[in-house]
Amino acid sequence: MVTRDQIVEWIKLVANVLEENKDYLTQLDAAIGDADHGINMDRGFKKVMSQLPAVQDKDIGNILKTVGMALLSSVGGAGGPLYGTLFMRAGMAVDKKYELTDEDLVAMWKAAVDGVIQRGRAQLGDKTMVDALLPAVEAMQQALNEGADTVEILRRGVAAAEKGMKDTIPMLAKRGRASYLGERSIGHQDPGATSSYLILKAMLDVVSKGQ
Amino acid sequence: MKKLLNSPETFVKESLEGMARAFPDLIKVHFDPNFVYRADAPVKGKVAVISGGGSGHEPLHGGFVGKGMLHAACPGEVFTSPTPDQMLEAAKTVNSGEGVLFLVKNYSGDVMNFEMAADLARAEGIRTLNIIIDDDVAVKDSLYTEGRRGTGTTVLAEKIVGAASERGYDLKRLADLARRVNINGRSMGMALTSCTVPAKGTPTFELGEDEIEIGIGIHGEPGRERIKWRPADEITEMLALSIIEDPPYTRKLREFDEEKGEWVEVELTDPPFQPGDKVIAMVNGMGGTPIAELFVVYRKLAEICEKKGLTIVRNLVGNYITSLEMQGVMITLLRVDDEMVELWDDPVLTPGLRWKA
Repeated sequence: MVTRDQIVEWIKLVANVLEENKDYLTQLDAAIGDADHGINMDRGFKKVMSQLPAVQDKDIGNILKTVGMALLSSVGGAGGPLYGTLFMRAGMAVDKKYELTDEDLVAMWKAAVDGVIQRGRAQLGDKTMVDALLPAVEAMQQALNEGADTVEILRRGVAAAEKGMKDTIPMLAKRGRASYLGERSIGHQDPGATSSYLILKAMLDVVSKGQ
Repeated sequence: MKKLLNSPETFVKESLEGMARAFPDLIKVHFDPNFVYRADAPVKGKVAVISGGGSGHEPLHGGFVGKGMLHAACPGEVFTSPTPDQMLEAAKTVNSGEGVLFLVKNYSGDVMNFEMAADLARAEGIRTLNIIIDDDVAVKDSLYTEGRRGTGTTVLAEKIVGAASERGYDLKRLADLARRVNINGRSMGMALTSCTVPAKGTPTFELGEDEIEIGIGIHGEPGRERIKWRPADEITEMLALSIIEDPPYTRKLREFDEEKGEWVEVELTDPPFQPGDKVIAMVNGMGGTPIAELFVVYRKLAEICEKKGLTIVRNLVGNYITSLEMQGVMITLLRVDDEMVELWDDPVLTPGLRWKA
């Protein structure tokens, strides 16, 4: 079970984590992209934080859709439409809910990641955020099927996302600006996969607090 | 980092404010969301041509807003795609009722943001089509990448398509023309130095004192290879031959199919250059290159084109699509027919390009 207040806390933690990792993400992006991912995500979540107070008493769907729209109109680059879509689809999947069952939680992440894949047309192994997100969703689904509790579901998702993120290092980029590097993209961790991992991990950190 | 700015956060906004003050007769600037638009927009009876992209490429795109070129331009943060709310508001502001054509450079961020914007605009009843420009021959492998980047041909497309709008072409005819310009244009650039994104503060890439990057992108993305410095003639030859000898290039680009009501992949092939072709040649500075050096390049380019049987019917030498303060050059060759040349010659009055007006 994940409560509305935990979702709000999660969004706040994501904003903090992305601010702390602004330079790290930007450095990763400088190696294979255009050196703005950390800056863009930080700007996006600062806008999210400015809009959060107005919706944090509403349902989870409403909150997440607001986050998505804020990102869409402030992040820019490829990250804007992709993370905007992620949060909007997540919000649409849990519309009107004030708490999420474990089934809701996994269905929400699945809808969110499906949206990202549709928008970005990336596949597993293309060296993108999908490489962190898709294995995470699959691991969470499996954990749910095996009857794991909320924290365990998220823990398995985060572990899969972390592995997926690290797996991007030897990959040849096939989508996004990194793809223009060809062979030279090999040996670098994908910044989008990294921010995706950080976002999911923040949810685990909030939900597992006190446990 | 030493730059003429007050803070990276306010850089784009303050630059736009300055532009609005410098050209009050030609353009207006809307803030939050940011877009530059023709002072006389909406222009009755004309399809609105809108482009946009990350800032840092000036005069592209905002400097090409005005009579005979763009109706609006949406600037993102430096080297970052603009967001869909910018394009939507720009479309609503300049649409005369004849519809909107988005000219989009082929970068994943731009393509996705303009697609979302077109969906939003259509939802508000504005007929909208997107045409992607992808002309950078430095990107060789097309099957497993985003494909070629949109670079120099964008400038020429904005001029030619803008003129056609002024002549009253309808949306479909305008989109067909833009597509035709794209498949006939090819570019390739190189860098002598890196650029520094204000918000980052350090050079985007490291280049040794005696090294140059061949096939550089307009955001400092690495190109085909890094080599030791060579004389201008040799560099010009490398770029020009990469363009002129580029084989037919086939790829799929996303366009909105109005009959089906959905996005479809359209397969397009760029025919290679052949002796007898007429071309518009652009020698474009990357932002930090002395004009005199650009003419050294143009001198050699003209000689190579002559040798290859290409007739340069028009040319453009200067800084038109830049990469902040990067030193370097990009060559664009656009194969033209009589219609394109006539449209090229039509009057244009924008901050960055003007003649006969």
